[in-house]
Amino acid sequence: MVPAVVFLTFILMLSIFLGFELINKVPATLHTPLMSGANAISGITVVGAISLAGTGHGDAAQWFGFFAVTLATINVVGGYLVTDRMLAMFKKKGS
Amino acid sequence: MDITIQFAYVVAAALFIFGLKQLGSPATARRGNMISSFGMLLAIVAALLDQGIVDYQWIVIGIIIGGGIGATVARMVEMTSMPEMVALFNGFGGMASLLVGMAAIAPDSATFTLVTIVLSILIGGVTFTGSLVAYGKLSERISSAPVLFAKQQVVNGLIVAGIVISGLLFANNPDTGFWLFLVVVLSLAFGIMVVIPIGGADMPVVISLLNSYSGLAACAAGFAVDNNILIVAGSLVGASGIILTQIMCKAMNRSLSNVLFSGFGSGVVETAEVEGEIKPISVDDAYYVLEAASSVAIIPGYGMAVAQAQHVVKELMELLEENGCEVNFGIHPVAGRMPGHMNVLLAEADVPYDQLLEMDDINPRMETVDVAIVIGANDVVNPAARENEGSPIYGMPVINVDQARTVFVLKRSMASGFAGIENPLFYKENTRMLFGDAKESIGGLIREFS
Repeated sequence: MVPAVVFLTFILMLSIFLGFELINKVPATLHTPLMSGANAISGITVVGAISLAGTGHGDAAQWFGFFAVTLATINVVGGYLVTDRMLAMFKKKGS
Repeated sequence: MDITIQFAYVVAAALFIFGLKQLGSPATARRGNMISSFGMLLAIVAALLDQGIVDYQWIVIGIIIGGGIGATVARMVEMTSMPEMVALFNGFGGMASLLVGMAAIAPDSATFTLVTIVLSILIGGVTFTGSLVAYGKLSERISSAPVLFAKQQVVNGLIVAGIVISGLLFANNPDTGFWLFLVVVLSLAFGIMVVIPIGGADMPVVISLLNSYSGLAACAAGFAVDNNILIVAGSLVGASGIILTQIMCKAMNRSLSNVLFSGFGSGVVETAEVEGEIKPISVDDAYYVLEAASSVAIIPGYGMAVAQAQHVVKELMELLEENGCEVNFGIHPVAGRMPGHMNVLLAEADVPYDQLLEMDDINPRMETVDVAIVIGANDVVNPAARENEGSPIYGMPVINVDQARTVFVLKRSMASGFAGIENPLFYKENTRMLFGDAKESIGGLIREFS
């Protein structure tokens, strides 16, 4: 049996290469929305934080989880909304 | 149930990838961002189905508070303040990863897990304080000048050594809270140390790098809590930040280590003599030149953002076009304080994105341009980068405005640019200086036209 960490590392390696390929093609004019959109995705930590905040133990770990949920949600919601606001402004000539 | 959650994560990952792909073109970018946000929603809903959750109260409270703050900030923020807002959000993401790392510590954690916990605390901590310093510099709450002191590299080296040693000791004795505490404190300190030596004009690099770190922190947290979607999404963001960092460094012809450690702009002394004299021009005279021009290139810089001049610039563009003149914008990759900063400001003012040309597209046609108008840009149009081997920015690709027939430079005063470098452009035969606030000068030109 191959240990789980090998699979996780495989995923890591492939995603990094995929990320390079995806982003390389983004034109300079979209760099700011790309960055804030990527920023929103990095709020994915909220998914890891949710189960930690819901243990019901009432210990320090649960509080860490709660604060992590709050901060990561700011990142997710704020990031997506502000990216949308920016992208709505990009217009082609004559449209 | 668990398998459903895992498959939901797979779909979410696909949505992130597809969303990022669609972000690659202005025509589909908005939909791409929407798709990516659906991926996030799906991942969050899946996480809420986790059967290990016994108490939803604090999760819901956290989501409501965070969502409220995020939505409010996203709606209120000015487009000119976008760089500092992105920096701040980055920092929150980093802090969240740090906290997840801390919360993931369990009495029976394997050594590998403990190492990834240390990594998520380290990267998350550096991202958090680094982003806060970047936020302070960008919003001018603290000085944007580089902070340098003797033995800075030695201090940094000691901090890194301290983090490595206390991290290893923690991984061996996870029950001793002291080593963990040391890792947290040193990581937070290191974040401050990494960003203080970097000056305001190098911020596009720093923001891109911190963006990358926030992704890598999520990635490390994913290893710590054994969650695939964190690893996939985190590394996508990590890769995107690294690419932007590379693009920014290349646009300044400097290596990443030079940007991070040299304290560029902390008072470099220029040796080469600049010949010629400054020739100011009045708004009246500038109007007559523009009125006769059939081709105009506008080169904006951070000064346009500071003066909030993007709307008057667009008005001037319309008047020139009505007058039968062709107007294009030349955007240098590091103009402004974050990648693509100028593009967003001009989009806000309704300038069509196909009129914004990248440096490599505008330079070949510069010789056919009648008037190049430089608004609040300095180093990115400095011909010394081409001509003067002794200049600190020699070799940096610049927009060759000096090759246009006439150059107007809109500038507050004769103070030199951020890097403290004299700009020979101002002394060229075909250059005219239009002194004053950019917004007022352009407003004056608009009044002349109408």
